[in-house]
Amino acid sequence: MNRDDRMTTQRSTKPYVAATPWLDPKAVPFIQIKNLSKQFDKFTAVDKVNLDIYQGELFTILGGSGCGKSTLLRMLAGFEEPSAGQIIIDGVDMANIPAYDRPINMMFQSYAVFPHMTVEQNIGYGLKKDNLPKAEIATRVKEMLDLVQLGDLAARKPHHLSGGQRQRVALARALIKQPKVLLLDEPLAALDKKLREQTQFELINLQYELGITFVVVTHDQEEAMTLSDRLAVMNTGKFIQTGTPTQVYESPINRFVADFFGTINFFNATVISSDPAAKKLSAKLEKTGTKLDANSETAFAEGAEVTIAVRPEKIIISQKRPDGDHITITKGTVEDLAYYGNRSLYRIRSQSGRIIQVSAQNYQRSEALTLEWDDEVFLSWDSSCNVVLSE
Amino acid sequence: MNKAKQTIKKLYQQPLADKIWRNFVIGVPYFWLLLFFLAPFAIVLKISFATPIVALPPFTPLLDLSANADHWLLATWDNYRFLTEDNLYWISYFKSIKIAAISTFICLLIGYPMAYGIARATATTRNILLMLVILPFWTSFLLRVYAWMGLLGKNGIVNSLLFNLGLINAPLQMLYTDIAVYLGIVYTYIPFMILPLYATLEKMDTSLHDAAADLGAKPWQTFIDVTLPLSKPGIIAGSLLVFIPAIGEYVIPALLGGIDSLMIGRTLYDEFFVNRDWPLAAAVATLLLVIVVIPIMLFQRSQQE
Amino acid sequence: MQKSSRLVFSALCFGFAFLYIPILVLIVFSFNQSAIASVWGGFSLRWYTALFNNQQIIDAALLSLKIAATSATFATILGTMAGLALTQMGRYSGRLVFTGIIAAPLVMPEVITGLSLLLMFVSLQELIGWPVSRGASTITIAHITFSMAYVAVIVQSRLSSMDQSLQEAAMDLGGRPAQVAFDITLPLIAPSMLSGWLLAFTLSLDDLVIASFTSGAGASTLPMVIFSKIKLGVTPDINALATLIIGSVSIGIVIASWIMFRHERRSGTA
Repeated sequence: MNRDDRMTTQRSTKPYVAATPWLDPKAVPFIQIKNLSKQFDKFTAVDKVNLDIYQGELFTILGGSGCGKSTLLRMLAGFEEPSAGQIIIDGVDMANIPAYDRPINMMFQSYAVFPHMTVEQNIGYGLKKDNLPKAEIATRVKEMLDLVQLGDLAARKPHHLSGGQRQRVALARALIKQPKVLLLDEPLAALDKKLREQTQFELINLQYELGITFVVVTHDQEEAMTLSDRLAVMNTGKFIQTGTPTQVYESPINRFVADFFGTINFFNATVISSDPAAKKLSAKLEKTGTKLDANSETAFAEGAEVTIAVRPEKIIISQKRPDGDHITITKGTVEDLAYYGNRSLYRIRSQSGRIIQVSAQNYQRSEALTLEWDDEVFLSWDSSCNVVLSE
Repeated sequence: MNKAKQTIKKLYQQPLADKIWRNFVIGVPYFWLLLFFLAPFAIVLKISFATPIVALPPFTPLLDLSANADHWLLATWDNYRFLTEDNLYWISYFKSIKIAAISTFICLLIGYPMAYGIARATATTRNILLMLVILPFWTSFLLRVYAWMGLLGKNGIVNSLLFNLGLINAPLQMLYTDIAVYLGIVYTYIPFMILPLYATLEKMDTSLHDAAADLGAKPWQTFIDVTLPLSKPGIIAGSLLVFIPAIGEYVIPALLGGIDSLMIGRTLYDEFFVNRDWPLAAAVATLLLVIVVIPIMLFQRSQQE
Repeated sequence: MQKSSRLVFSALCFGFAFLYIPILVLIVFSFNQSAIASVWGGFSLRWYTALFNNQQIIDAALLSLKIAATSATFATILGTMAGLALTQMGRYSGRLVFTGIIAAPLVMPEVITGLSLLLMFVSLQELIGWPVSRGASTITIAHITFSMAYVAVIVQSRLSSMDQSLQEAAMDLGGRPAQVAFDITLPLIAPSMLSGWLLAFTLSLDDLVIASFTSGAGASTLPMVIFSKIKLGVTPDINALATLIIGSVSIGIVIASWIMFRHERRSGTA
């Protein structure tokens, strides 16, 4: 069987995967992480993490530095031994299976391209360690070189390559063994901005084409949003929220997650009435007493303290008082504004004295600013944009 | 043939092979150091409690397990008692510490500005200057000490130069004095001072100096307030690298020092080779080890930081 | 600023003059016709001729070279293994002791190392009958012991500055620990191993004290012969020998650093 057959059979026998396997109760997770912990001396890097990742998914673990995401990835790869818990991949418990025997390959943050080997030797290294015949290694390396468009550079040494080329060598080297899972540690962090955007889409296409499960670790929330099918937000060794990018962005479960993804306005409020069956909640803002409605499936007692969160881009800014149902309206003056070209960012001081951030698209072409400092404005947003947070 | 190759490859891939490899890499150098570095100290300690005899080897065994022995343990404090009773040993211990300490300080005085100058030089100059510091280190230590014999001797270059300039009437006694020993130690050990100093000074962020200057510090104040405190690790490492081997130095006092220039290393050497009193030499070595063990531990701690 | 840089400049001039004038004088007087050290009697190569006719010195030099080459090779192997054991092998019992004793030979006074090794050899001989006699082999063992510490320190510093993910990548791609060592680690630290070997070689060639302790009756290394000659005073043929040694070492070092410098520039910082 040559490689072409294998690739096609692999693709054709790839089981039917629902677009959202995590919603399907019958779907069997491909990677199961159960109560996984890692302790370094007294420091807990990863704290009883549970996670299911499904076949063919592009899953991202997102978090700031020191949140434990790299340790988690290294435990998956087999470089760190878990202090407690279990990792199961494709039904096999990974305990006591060393890194070199796992059906997993990794793309390192530094790319870790072997500096003393040519591009070709780098990519072929994994197959050579599997003791494959030379001829087969040669054909598969050539195909992989073509796939990542490095055919011309096969005989080059890494120090003659650009950052983007090194990244593709690292990727090709990790993919050539056709792993069940590819781990990517900050895959785009070392690239400059333009190249990063382009590479991002290349990665997604490649993952879709090969059907390999990708687990990405990153600290960059934009990268996480554009790449992932699903993502997990991690902090101090724990998963805070797991979901699709839109879920996590639009319905954060607490202030930490809400704050992690871009800017957001928080208002303290008191619950007036709560009707979880109808997904309705109404509340009163702390200072002004402004009444507002929101959607919430959680039941709150009357008088409970909650936080209402609103994204800046949901807020409409206008000089006339807007009308309509189900909208929240407040009044204020322009304290500060920043012009970004495609959009403008306003900092509005409301009547209660708090600062509200508003992001507005610049629809019209105008060399004069439509709003100036100290202008009186009305802010309004649809009540469905109010996110109710209990912590 | 091919089958044999396959078998070897398979053996190579057993988990056992990984374990063997690991134990091999750790075990061999470890065992070597235990056998030829750590165990010998235990033996030195043991022999320092033995009694010298005219025999081969020239000391008594510590344990006498024969039936008619009065005591099975033949250990004796005699060697140590002798060391405390004879002034010679006290004098040579303190003289060693004094000479090593003063030489270390002179090395620091000369080495610090040199290291500073090298660290602040342009990249190319820096490489050349560094090589000039390291070069003598690679050439024979013995011959570098010997070079000073030619300079300092009664008929040496320095004396004939001074004589021809009319500065002296009779040759100065420079060789075989303590001054010659100081010169020799500073001369041979100064690269050990310069290199760690250079390493810390070179890493130092120059914008710190600019910041201090910007905040109104004069150059010497910047040096006292910023450069000097930040180069402390280099000063400590360099000083210990000079001080520790200088204490036990044998060659320099033997070649450049007078007959009375009794540094402890020379005392030990003479005790061993001239008097053939091995147990006493072992006792001297044990006490020397006690002196240097604290600076050695300090050095290792400074290296790990 | 002016004043302080002038101060630094004069310190550099003084320092390098201090380091190099004695060596230069030594070299100049090796070509002296006169046998008196301080009197210039005209240019001559007579001390070089005398040197090459001195069988004792030539024998000692050959013995020293043999010991140096052997001990440097073993020291490089053992020192590299020690470097690997200290940086790549994770945790194991006894690691702390290992870290403690690996650097100790570097700073240990030579008289102690020499004496302790000799007493060790004597005790071993009593105990198991080996080594039968002391000489080149015992000197070699002693030299391996202290110069492997230098190699270990050099290799260790290279290994700890190396990107650990290189080895992890190799392991991730299916390389077993031993394979990773030979495929990735050793090729990458080869330059450090070479400098380690050269350092071990020169240290061995240079050593007087430890060799004196661990040598037997028959074997005299070059430093031992030189020492016994110069203890009695300056002899011009040693000047000639010194010139030859210093000259060849300097040329070697200059060439080696030139090659290394070029190599570094070519391959960038990697």
